[in-house]
Amino acid sequence: MSSTTSTTSSAVTPGVTSAGAAPAAAGGTPEAIRIPVTGMTCAACSSRVQRALQQQPGVTDANVNLMMKTATVRFDPGTVTPDRLVEAIKATGYGAELASPDQSAFEEQMARDRAGATEFRELRSKAIVSGVIGVLAMVLSMPLMRQMTSAAGPHTHISDPFMRWVMAVLDPILLAALPWLYAIPPVLVLWLLLLGTLGVMAWAGRHFYTRAWAAFRHHSADMNTLVAVGTGAAFLYSVVATVAPSFFLRRGVQPDVYYEAVVIIIALILTGNAFEARAKKRTASALRALVQLQPKTARVVRRGLDGADVEIDAPIETVEAGERVVVRPGERLPVDGEVLSGESAVDESMLTGESLPVAKKPGDAVIGGTINRTGAFRYRATTLGADSVLARIVKLMRDAQGSRAPIQRLADRISGIFVPVVISIAIATFVVWFVAVESAPAVRAFAAAVAVLIIACPCAMGLAVPTAVLVATGKGAELGVLIKGGEALQRAGDLRTIVLDKTGTVTEGRPTVTDLVVAPGSSRQADDVLRLVASLERLSEHPLADAIVRRARDRGTPLATPEAFESVTGRGAVGVVEGAGVAVGNAALMQDYAVDPAPLAREAGRLAMEGKTPMYVAIDGALAAVVAVADPIKDTSREAIRRFHALGLEVVMLTGDHRRTAEAVARQTGIDRVVAEVLPDGKLAEIERLQAEGKVVAMVGDGINDAPALAKADVGMAIGTGTGVAVEAGDIVLMRGDLRTAAQAVTLSRRTMRTMKQNLFWAFIYNVIGIPVAAGVLYPAFGVLLSPILASAAMAFSSVSVVTNSLRLRGARIA
Amino acid sequence: MTIDGTDWLVILAGLAAIAWVNWYFFVAGRTSAAAAVSVGGGPGTGPQEQTITVDGGYSPAVVTVKAGRPVRLVFDRKDTGSCSEEVVFPDFGIRRFLPAGERTIVEVTPPAAGRYDFTCGMSMLRGALVAED
Repeated sequence: MSSTTSTTSSAVTPGVTSAGAAPAAAGGTPEAIRIPVTGMTCAACSSRVQRALQQQPGVTDANVNLMMKTATVRFDPGTVTPDRLVEAIKATGYGAELASPDQSAFEEQMARDRAGATEFRELRSKAIVSGVIGVLAMVLSMPLMRQMTSAAGPHTHISDPFMRWVMAVLDPILLAALPWLYAIPPVLVLWLLLLGTLGVMAWAGRHFYTRAWAAFRHHSADMNTLVAVGTGAAFLYSVVATVAPSFFLRRGVQPDVYYEAVVIIIALILTGNAFEARAKKRTASALRALVQLQPKTARVVRRGLDGADVEIDAPIETVEAGERVVVRPGERLPVDGEVLSGESAVDESMLTGESLPVAKKPGDAVIGGTINRTGAFRYRATTLGADSVLARIVKLMRDAQGSRAPIQRLADRISGIFVPVVISIAIATFVVWFVAVESAPAVRAFAAAVAVLIIACPCAMGLAVPTAVLVATGKGAELGVLIKGGEALQRAGDLRTIVLDKTGTVTEGRPTVTDLVVAPGSSRQADDVLRLVASLERLSEHPLADAIVRRARDRGTPLATPEAFESVTGRGAVGVVEGAGVAVGNAALMQDYAVDPAPLAREAGRLAMEGKTPMYVAIDGALAAVVAVADPIKDTSREAIRRFHALGLEVVMLTGDHRRTAEAVARQTGIDRVVAEVLPDGKLAEIERLQAEGKVVAMVGDGINDAPALAKADVGMAIGTGTGVAVEAGDIVLMRGDLRTAAQAVTLSRRTMRTMKQNLFWAFIYNVIGIPVAAGVLYPAFGVLLSPILASAAMAFSSVSVVTNSLRLRGARIA
Repeated sequence: MTIDGTDWLVILAGLAAIAWVNWYFFVAGRTSAAAAVSVGGGPGTGPQEQTITVDGGYSPAVVTVKAGRPVRLVFDRKDTGSCSEEVVFPDFGIRRFLPAGERTIVEVTPPAAGRYDFTCGMSMLRGALVAED
C-alpha cells in the first residue's frame, strides 16, 4: 500500500507542475501555462479565443485545443499575468479559470478554514434564530394543546412525550402569566405556526431539503435525507391537520400538529452541526499551525540600481534559489537554506519537536518556518515553494488525512446502506404501531416513525475514524513524528517487534574519539599527542582519521602540516610532523616499526571489548598512547529502548558492523537481540524472517540506506540524521534523530486506535440502541417512548461527542 | 388487537414503500446508465480528463479510464453541503478539499487495471475510477 502511494504521487507530480499556474517569476524568461476553457463548441470558438490571447501584450504564442478544451499560452511573466490571460478569455464570452492542481497546501488549508468559518457562522445564526422561533412556537402551541386535550377528553394523547412533559410543567405557569395567549382563536394560532414553520424550513432548514433532493436524484441518501423526510413528513401531516382537520376527524383521529417539533428539531440539528463544525476545525489545528509558520516576506540581499547590495523585503514567492537571505534575532526564517555567515541558535521545535534551540554555524542547513533566536546571520536560499521542508511536511500531513485506516472498512460499508435501511425501519415502525395500537394509532405511529428517522445518525460513524486520524497526525507533528496515514497508525498500534538499524539510529552515525590514554612512562601530554596525530591524519581519508582531526579542531588545537605522510593499507599511517616521527595504527603497524604495544595492550583490549576501535600511537619510535574511536551511542537511545520494553516490544538491532562492536552497543543499551555483519539485503531477509514468525515488525532506519527494509517492514520509520530527514521515506518519519520519538509514535498509535475503537463503538451502539428505542420497543414493557424532539437532540450531539472524543487525543500525554 | 381493513391497507402500503425504497437506492442507482462514462478509450498518451459534477452525489459516478495513464478529474462542486466538501481517493492517499462553486483538479495515475473508489469525506457519496488495460 505505502509503496503504491509513493509511486503514484511521484508519477503525478510532473504533470501537476507543468499544468499548474506557476508563480510568475521575475526575469523575463517566457513561461507556459495551460488554462481550461469552457463553453467552446466549434472550431470558430477556439480560434476566437486563440486570437484574443495572441493579441495580448506579452503573449508569445497561444494555442487553443478544442478537444482538450484548453488554451496553452506562452507568455512573458514580466508583461502579463495568468490572471490577465483568464480575463482576456472571459472577455470573448467563454469561461476560463486557472487550473490549480498544485494548489499549495497552504492555500488549501486557508480556503478550507474560510469555508469552515463561514459555515460555522451561518449555522450558528440559523440555529439561534430557529431556536428562538422554536420556543415561541412551543409557547403558542400551549393553549392549542390545552384546548385539544380538554375538548377530546382525558384519553387524548399528546403524542409527543416531551411536549406532554412541557405541557404539564409550563402550561399552568403560562396560563397565569399570559392569559391573553389563551384567548387567541386556535385557527389563527395554527396558521401562525404553519407560516412560522414554513419560514424556518425554507430559510434555516433549506439546505436539508435541497441536499436531500440532490442526493435522491443520484439514488443516494445521507443525513440530510433523514432530516428532510422526518421533518417534511411531520410538517405535511400538520398542514393537513390545519387545512382540512375533517380529514382526520372523519377517521376518528385527533388532528394533531407538530409545528413546534419541526422547528425545534431543525434548531437542534443546526446547533449540533455548528458545534461539529467548530470541533472539526480544531481537529486540524496542528496542520493549521504548521501552515501559519510560513512567513510572507523575506529580507534578501539584492543588487540595487547603483550596483551596491541592498537588503529589501521581498514577497516570499519572488525569492529564488541561491539568493542571500538575512535574518535577525527573533525572526522567522522565510525559506530553507545553508548558513553563509554569522552564528545563531535556531528554535526548530515547531518542526522537529526538539525543545532546545539548535546551534547554527556557516555550512549548516536551516529550515524555513523555524525561529532564529540569538544572533543575526545570512544564508543562501536552497529549496523553495512546494519543495521546501515545511511545504513537504504540510503536504505529507494532508495526504495522511486522505488515507483510510483499515478499521474503517466496516463503518464505510454500513454508512453506504444506512439511510435506506433506516427509512425502511421507520416505515415498518409506522405500520406496526398503526396496526398494534388501539387508541389514536395514526398519531402515535407517526411520532414513532419520525423519531426513528430523526435519531438515526450516520455522521457519527463517518467521523469516528477520520477525526481520530486527523488529531493523531497533528499531535504527532507536534512531537516531531510524522505519521503518514491511518494504515500506518493502525499497524504501529499492533507492533510486536521493533528492528533498529545501528549506525545513525542507535548511534550517532559519526565516528568520534572517545578515549585517549597516554602510555605509562611517556613524557608526552595528551593534548600534545592529539595535535601530532591529528596533524598527520589530516592527509588521511580514513573515517577514523576524520574523527581524530575533528576532535582536535573542536578543541581548538592548532594543526601543523606534516613534512611526510604515508598510508599503510590495513595498518594505519606514518609520517613526520614538526620533526617528530609519528605512527598511528594497529599492533601490526607498531611491530613493523619495532615498537612494543604491550604496555597498552590491556587498555586496547578493554576498549575493543566496549565496541570501540583502538589505535596505537608511537612518536619517535616510542609508544605514546592509545586512541579509541567509536560511533557513540546517542544519549537518548538507552531511554528509548527502555520505553520499547515498557511497551512490550521485542527490540532487535541490525548492522553491517562487526559482531563485537554490535554486541557492545546492544549490551550498553539493553537491546534483546543483535544480527550483525548483515549486508543491505540481509536486513530485508531478517525482516521477512520476523514477519514469517507472525510478528508485526517496525524497522527504524535512516530512510536512505535502509529504504528497502523500511518498505518491507509493516511500519517503516525513517529517522532524521545529522544532515536531514528523508521525509518521503517510510510510513512514519521521526523528524529529529531521537529514538525516543519512535516509542512516542507507538504510544500515540495505540492511544489513537483506542480512540477509534471507542468512537466506532459509540457510533454503532448509539444507533443500535437509539433506533429501536425510538421505534418503541421499550414501550410495551416500560412505557418508554422517545419524542422526536429528544431524538433530534440525541442525534445532534452524537456526532459532536465523537469529534470531541477524538479531540481528547490532543491533550494525551505521550511519553 | 384486531386487524381490520385499514390495517391491511397500511401493512400493504408499508411493505410496498419499503420495497420501493430499497429498490430505488440499491438497485435503480446501480443500473442507471447515465452514471457511468468512459474516457480515454482511444490510443495516445495525453491526459484523460473528465469533469465530475458534485451536487449531492457525483455525476458521472463511474469513470472508466485506461490504466497506467494519468487521469485528470475536475470536480465541479455545485452544492454547499459539508458532506461533499472533501473528496477522498483512499488508494492514492488523496484527500482534497473542494471549495464550493469552484472546480478542483485531482490528478491520479491508476497503476493497474482495477476499481479505485472515491468517496466524500464521510463516505456517504461514492464514485469510482475504473481502470482498464
